[in-house]
Amino acid sequence: MNKVLAWVDQRLPIIKPLEEHLTKYYAPKNFNFWYYFGSLAMLVLVIQIVSGIFLTMHYKPDAATAFASVEYIMREVPGGWFIRYMHSTGASAFFIVIYLHMFRGLIYGSYKTPRELIWIFGMFIYLALMAEAFMGYLLPWGQMSYWGAQVIVNLFGAIPGIGPDLAVWVRGDFVVSDATLNRFFALHVIAVPLALIGLILLHIMALHQVGSNNPDGVEIKKLKDENGNPVDGIPFHPYYTVKDVMGVAVFLIFFFAILFFAPEGGGYFIEHANFVPANPLQTPEHIAPVWYFTPFYTVLRAVPDPFLGVLAMGAAVVILFFLPWIDRNPIKSWRYRSKLHTFSILYFVAAFIWLGYLGIEPVTEFNSEMGLRLTEVYFAFFVVMWFSSKKRSAATSLIVFAVVMGLIVAWDLMRVGSLNPSMVWPALAVPGVYLVVTLLFPIFTNWDAEKEVPQRVTG
Amino acid sequence: MSTAADIEQTDQAGSTEKVDLKKRRFLVATTSVIGAAGAAAMAVPFLTSFSPSERARAAGAPVEADLTKVQPGQLLRVEWRGKPVWIVRRTEEMLKLLPENDSRLRDPNSEVESQQPPYAKNKHRSIKPEYLILVGICTHLGCSPTYRPELAPADLGENWNGGWYCPCHGSRFDLAGRVFQNVPAPTNLVVPPHYYLSESKVLIGEEKKEA
Repeated sequence: MNKVLAWVDQRLPIIKPLEEHLTKYYAPKNFNFWYYFGSLAMLVLVIQIVSGIFLTMHYKPDAATAFASVEYIMREVPGGWFIRYMHSTGASAFFIVIYLHMFRGLIYGSYKTPRELIWIFGMFIYLALMAEAFMGYLLPWGQMSYWGAQVIVNLFGAIPGIGPDLAVWVRGDFVVSDATLNRFFALHVIAVPLALIGLILLHIMALHQVGSNNPDGVEIKKLKDENGNPVDGIPFHPYYTVKDVMGVAVFLIFFFAILFFAPEGGGYFIEHANFVPANPLQTPEHIAPVWYFTPFYTVLRAVPDPFLGVLAMGAAVVILFFLPWIDRNPIKSWRYRSKLHTFSILYFVAAFIWLGYLGIEPVTEFNSEMGLRLTEVYFAFFVVMWFSSKKRSAATSLIVFAVVMGLIVAWDLMRVGSLNPSMVWPALAVPGVYLVVTLLFPIFTNWDAEKEVPQRVTG
Repeated sequence: MSTAADIEQTDQAGSTEKVDLKKRRFLVATTSVIGAAGAAAMAVPFLTSFSPSERARAAGAPVEADLTKVQPGQLLRVEWRGKPVWIVRRTEEMLKLLPENDSRLRDPNSEVESQQPPYAKNKHRSIKPEYLILVGICTHLGCSPTYRPELAPADLGENWNGGWYCPCHGSRFDLAGRVFQNVPAPTNLVVPPHYYLSESKVLIGEEKKEA
C-alpha cells in the first residue's frame, strides 16, 4: 500500500497538499460553535450538487412541461420526492448556514487585515449563491417561480436608459417565457455552479494563506514553538475534522427532520403558490420572495421610486463588500471591543431579521413605515462601524449624529405631507435610539471603553 | 546594429545573443491588442444569443376580443404578447366616481405620453368611456395587479372608489388605470394600441390604419 502511495506521490502531488491543508495546517485551538458553518456550507454544496445532478435526469426545462416534470419527479420517479426535497431544503439550509457563517465573521472581525480577500471572495460566493437560488426557483415553473422572476428581471428594467432593453435581453423575450426558463436552467446547472466552485477554492486558498481567525481575534502565527508551529494552534486533521463531523451529525438531524416532516418549511422553503402552474395572466394574491431574499426585498420596497429602490437594494448588498475598509478598528473580536459595539451588532442583526420578516408580509402603512426605518438602521450601521473605528472627540460625535439624523429627518419632512404624521414621527425612534446610543453615549458614558486583547487565545 | 534598447543576454547554454527589447515590446503590444479584439469579437455571438429569437419577435400578433361577453363592472382578460390585457366594462357609477380620485393621483390627466395612445388621453383613458382597455402589468416591477372594483373595502381604506391593487409592492390604480400618489409604481397603467372593428369587437395590438 505504501509502495503504491509512494509511486503515485512521485508522479502526482498528494502527500504535500494533504499536509499543507489538513495534517499540518494549524488552526487556532479555541474554535467554538460558530466555526461549524464553514464546513457545513461545504456539506450543503455537495448535497446540492449531487441531488441537482439526479434532478436534471428527470426534469424538463421547457415551459410546457417543466411543472409537470417536477410533479412527475415527486409522484412517479422512485425516490424522486426525496431527491427533490433534499434539493429544495438544501437551498434554504445553504442560506441559513451562510448567514450564520457571515455573522461569525462579523462578530469576530474575520474580515479585517490580513483577511480582506477571504471576505471579498465570500461575498462573491454569497452573490453567486443568490443568483443560483433565484434562477433555480424559476425552474418548477409555478406561480411564485414565474412572478418572482418577473419582478426580479424587471429590476433591471428600472435602470434609466438601457433598462428596458436589458430586461428583454436577460429574458430573451418580452415577458418571462420558455426562453427565460431554458437559459435559467443552463445558468443554474452549469455556469453558476462552476463559478461557485471556483470562488470557494479561492476562498479557501486565501484562508489557508493567512490562517484562520478565532473568537479572540488573536493572530496565532505570532507565537511559535521550537518546531515553528503556532503554540495556540492544533492541526486541522484530526482535531477539527472530528469536531466538524460532530457538527455534520447535528446538522443532518435538523436537515432530515425538515426534509421528512416539513419539507415545505411552513410555506417558507417552498411557497404554497408554487404548487399552482405559472399563469402569465394572473399574479397570486400574495406574493413574496423566498425568505433568504426578504431583507433586501424590504429595502427595495422601502423606497418609492423604482430606480432608487433598486439602487438602495443593490447598495445594501454591495456595502458589505467594503466592510473591511469601513471598520478600521484594530481590535477584531467583539469580546474586546466596547459594549456599544456589541449593542450595534445586535441591533443590526435584529433590524436585518425584522427586515426579512417584513419582506414576507403584505404591504400595509405600518409595514412600509417600519421597512423604511429599518432600512435606515441597516445603512446607519455602517456609519457607526466607521465611527467606532477609533476614539472620537465629542465634537465628531455630535457632527456625525447631526448629519445622519439630519438626513433622516429631512427625508421625513419631505414625505410626511401625504402620510399619517402620528405614524411617521414615533417610528423615528427606531433609527433614533440606535444613533443616540451608538453615537452620543460615547460622550458621557464609558460604554465605548475597549478591553485589552490578550497575547494568547483564551479557553 | 546595436541600439540602447538592446541588451545582452546569456542563455543557459552559455551563448550570448543580443535581444531587441523594442521589437519585443512591439510584438507583445500588437499581439495583445489583436488578441483582445479577437476575444471581444468572439463574445458578440454569445451575447447576442441572449436577445429574443426570431420566433419570439414574431409572436406579437394582435388579438381580437368580443365585448358582448363582458357584463357591466366585469373584467375580461385576454393574452397579448404573453401579457394580460384587461377589458373592463365600467358602470355609470364607476365613471362618475373617477374625477373624485384626481387630487390623489400622480398623473390625473395622463400627461405621460408613453402610457397611452393619443386617442386614450382623456379623462376616462379609453375610446369609449364604458370600455377600458389596459395592459394588466404594473408599471413598477411587472406584477399583474388585482381587480378590486368594490367601494371602500376594509383593507384599502374608505376613500377607495374601485381600481387595482398590486399584491407585490402595494401600488394602487383607479378604474381608469391611473396611479395613486405614494406608491412604488411611477406611471399610469399602459393603454395598448387598439381600435374597434365593430360595435362589439375590438382589436388589441394595432392602431387603426388611416384609409
